Amino acid sequence: MAQLLFNLFAVFTLVTAAGVVLNKNVVNAAMCLLLTLVGVAGLFVALNAYLLAFILLLVYAGAVVALFLFIIMLLDTKGDQRPGLKHLSLIARAIALALVAGGVVSFFVRSRLPEPSLGATPALGAELKLYAYQLFTTYLLPVQVIGFLLLIAMLGVIVLSKKFDGLEDIK
Amino acid sequence: MADFYFNLPLWFRLLVQGFAVIMVVFPIAGFCSLAERKVSAWIQGRPGPNRALPVFIAWVPVLGPFLQRLGIFHFMADGGKMLFKEDSLPGHVNKFYFILAPIVAMMPALTTVTTVPFGAYLDAAGQVIPLGLARVDIGLLAVFAVSSLGVYSLILAGWASNSKYPFLGGVRASAQLISYELAMTLSVVPVFLWINSPGMPGTMSLARAVEFQSLPGFFGGAWFIFIMPVAALIFLVSLFAETNRHPFDMAEGEADLVGGFHTEYGAFKWGLFFVAEYAHMLIGSGVFTLLFLGGWNPLPWVTLAQFAALLHVAQLPLVVGLLSIGIFLGKVIALIFFFMWVRWTVPRFRYDQVMKLGWQKLLPLAIANLIAYAIGIAVIQK
Repeated sequence: MAQLLFNLFAVFTLVTAAGVVLNKNVVNAAMCLLLTLVGVAGLFVALNAYLLAFILLLVYAGAVVALFLFIIMLLDTKGDQRPGLKHLSLIARAIALALVAGGVVSFFVRSRLPEPSLGATPALGAELKLYAYQLFTTYLLPVQVIGFLLLIAMLGVIVLSKKFDGLEDIK
Repeated sequence: MADFYFNLPLWFRLLVQGFAVIMVVFPIAGFCSLAERKVSAWIQGRPGPNRALPVFIAWVPVLGPFLQRLGIFHFMADGGKMLFKEDSLPGHVNKFYFILAPIVAMMPALTTVTTVPFGAYLDAAGQVIPLGLARVDIGLLAVFAVSSLGVYSLILAGWASNSKYPFLGGVRASAQLISYELAMTLSVVPVFLWINSPGMPGTMSLARAVEFQSLPGFFGGAWFIFIMPVAALIFLVSLFAETNRHPFDMAEGEADLVGGFHTEYGAFKWGLFFVAEYAHMLIGSGVFTLLFLGGWNPLPWVTLAQFAALLHVAQLPLVVGLLSIGIFLGKVIALIFFFMWVRWTVPRFRYDQVMKLGWQKLLPLAIANLIAYAIGIAVIQK
């Protein structure tokens, strides 16, 4: 039963993720992204990481995708006409394709991991206290670095979007 | 009777429980629409709905006219009207999302019910066991996560309607709901700092919050609204904004946006939006009751166990269960009355005032409140 659910959610996630990339309508793509996130949350639940599942829903499905839709609606992007291929995008596509191919090949060549003992690995995202403890001890540096990065991104958005009258040198 | 019930297969019992809860939530949410009309009428000094009367009730001598004055049957008349009206589908809409939006409005409202405990009973040892559909450790986080998906119904309705006013309503709704989610989440953190005292397993469970409001002693028995009044105020204001209630109903704003996001909707699809709004209010009031108003404890410093002992029913789990559900629902309905009271008293904000209140007043206040309580709790609980 659990295995079946996991497989179902995995397929669901992949199909909707393909929908994000292939949809020409931007709103459809954003809704597919929402479903992808729900699928990933389902995968987390299947792995007993309830906390991660609900945080994913709360932060990404509840707020980030809503902001995506907000921006799409604000800019009124139709997304129906595609710009013609440019040299740069061709090169980028080739690189992306090569990366995907490399990933698939390496997955088939050396996908054999040593069999993990399931009892020894605690589900980190399952229990609130353990998760918080790990965040503030083992993973303190990454958390701080990412927080700093987000702060810089936020400042960048403010500087780029706000009109500073009489303070032209800030830009 | 009880033995027969517990001998049924588990899936069947879960199905029955789920249906039972929805059968309570859905009519209450629908009934709130009638209460809204009646309460607004009383506040404005007019009689309100008092005409609808089925024939067979008209024959009852005293009770019939009384119920007619009370407007009870307008509930059925409204529902019937919504069901039998022509369900028009404007030609210029995106049909898929237009039909999807009211469904998406109902789903989070009814899903969050599963994680909200709504009563308790005493087992043989005198322990208080909470009643609820799903006993999840991350209680409140699950409520916030699922209810935050409700914003998509407003956005999609506004976008799919493909006309100006709904679109503006949808844009306003998405910005407003995301803005107030921050203050709302931050305002409840002190509560969970307090109940996750050292030596306890970490939890976000709502039942634990009630457990902490039924401890002996002055501070133990006090409801959190007395211990953390600022947090309760921020949570309540954010709740108004999150449920799109007056004075925050920017998404609807009939004075400037006709009907906001649901301008193009009619008949039962509109009815679904309406019921979903009340269901959200119901869940939000329930969470507020559990966090700040002592849940199923009848009075501050009087716990459910003491109250049951006073009434000599502590040995009857069924009676205590019904009693606790009654107390809980009573508080929730009082809170919903408060929602209506505010709606018909306070004028609507301007949109810039809503944004200013959310980002410049409530968010800093919530952060300051959190820091103050974090220091205070660290000193008290060592």
